[in-house]
Amino acid sequence: MSLYYAVVAALLCGMAVIGLFRTDDLLRRILALNVLASATFLLLVTLARTDSGIDPVPHVMVLTGIVVAVSTTAAALGLTICAHERRREESQ
Amino acid sequence: MTALTLGFDLLLAAGLVWLGWQALFLPRRFAAVVHFMAFNLLMALVWVRLEAPDIALAEAAIGAGVTGALLLTALGRLPSAAAVGSHPQQWHRYWRYPAIFAACVGAGWLAWGVQRLPRPGLAAEVTAKLDATGVSHAVTAVLLNIRALDTLLEVAVMLGAVMLVWSLGPALRPFAPATSLPGLPALSRLLHPLFLLVPTYLLWRGAHAPGGAFPAGAVLGAGGILLLLADRVGWMQQPRFKPLLRLLLVAGLALFLAVGLGGLLLTGTFLAIPQALAKSAILAVEVATALSIALMLMALYLYGEPAR
Amino acid sequence: MTEWHEALSHLLIVAGALFFLTGSLGFIRFPDVFTRLHALTKADNLGLGLLCSGLALQAGGLAEAAKIMLVWLLVLLASGIGATLVASTADACGIRPWQNRTGASREARREPHE
Repeated sequence: MSLYYAVVAALLCGMAVIGLFRTDDLLRRILALNVLASATFLLLVTLARTDSGIDPVPHVMVLTGIVVAVSTTAAALGLTICAHERRREESQ
Repeated sequence: MTALTLGFDLLLAAGLVWLGWQALFLPRRFAAVVHFMAFNLLMALVWVRLEAPDIALAEAAIGAGVTGALLLTALGRLPSAAAVGSHPQQWHRYWRYPAIFAACVGAGWLAWGVQRLPRPGLAAEVTAKLDATGVSHAVTAVLLNIRALDTLLEVAVMLGAVMLVWSLGPALRPFAPATSLPGLPALSRLLHPLFLLVPTYLLWRGAHAPGGAFPAGAVLGAGGILLLLADRVGWMQQPRFKPLLRLLLVAGLALFLAVGLGGLLLTGTFLAIPQALAKSAILAVEVATALSIALMLMALYLYGEPAR
Repeated sequence: MTEWHEALSHLLIVAGALFFLTGSLGFIRFPDVFTRLHALTKADNLGLGLLCSGLALQAGGLAEAAKIMLVWLLVLLASGIGATLVASTADACGIRPWQNRTGASREARREPHE
């Protein structure tokens, strides 16, 4: 079963990279980066399932990774909003 | 029964790929964001299937809740036309196709390679050390004792993100709703006790079962964002509470550092917690970290420095 | 656990699933936001109630059953208030409820499709 989710993770990785390349919109790029992060987390957790039991170390990495991902998303969105407002002020 | 679970897994994986595709390639931004939120909800189910309940708890609160609220608020601030206001450097036409081709090849290579990766696993080593850590749940033990340095740096990264967002300017005032909606304050009032009860339970549970500082902080932060939406957290916006807000934001990192330096004094190694003190030290760090994470999520949601 | 319990539990779960199916069908087929909300909140909440009752019958103890029923109670609360919020925002944004007019206007609406 874990193998099967690993293939899904690889598929999502490829899709997210293509999505990152083909859009010019910053919000879509942030979305694509988030999907890429989710796919990476999925890959890590599937690799944590070993014959000798479930390895807690990748779980911890993903748990902290989720919180880091939301922080970077918020920072990137904040920068995008700020850039947009500056541009609107300049054009006025 | 196995056929049933296999069918469920297939359905889950197909739904995940479909929602990911919709989130990445739908022409309308709003639809893409909503599909991304649904993608994260399905992701939480996948974590349950992969026996990672700690991650499932955090993902349900952060991925579906907090990230969705952040994206929707940003969507309301950005112009609705697709390309207005954001013109990053255009990709050259002919570079685009090799890039897409390379991504396809990379994904195929990853799918092939992941099946033959060695899986040594540290499960046995962690179990052997578990008695010396002061807690009986492996994930909490790794998070706050065995690999505490990673967690410390992660809290620092989050604080850095809050500083970056605050340096951008004053906090965005929420748009006034189109009508006066009595439902939102009512909802937040009804759910307020639960948003305190559930994180407390998760924190207490973290020592011996899935739970702990990260899921608790995530749930508390999601509840806090609901309060911010209902405009019921006036104190965050007032200048006289600003020192308190800053103190609470750095509380997790500060206590973590204090414990680490205490370990340096007592044992000679940074972040090495003596076994006798481990349980209480971990509990204190967990409480402070959960509070800090919740407040940092709320502070990030403001998209600027409050009371400036 | 007696056989009666098990049969009743399965019956409730199947009935709940049917209500979910109806609600989802309504969500896809109904014409505007208000009717869709009607389908989602009414049918799905009843479906979830039946599902939770069925699962609570299979639960190991009273505490576990109470937790399952608490899920239903919370979803009722959130979906009721959430639906009110969506509906009143849609109303404030000027979306008029769809009306099933007979005669000329209905024919006029149908024409472009044919």
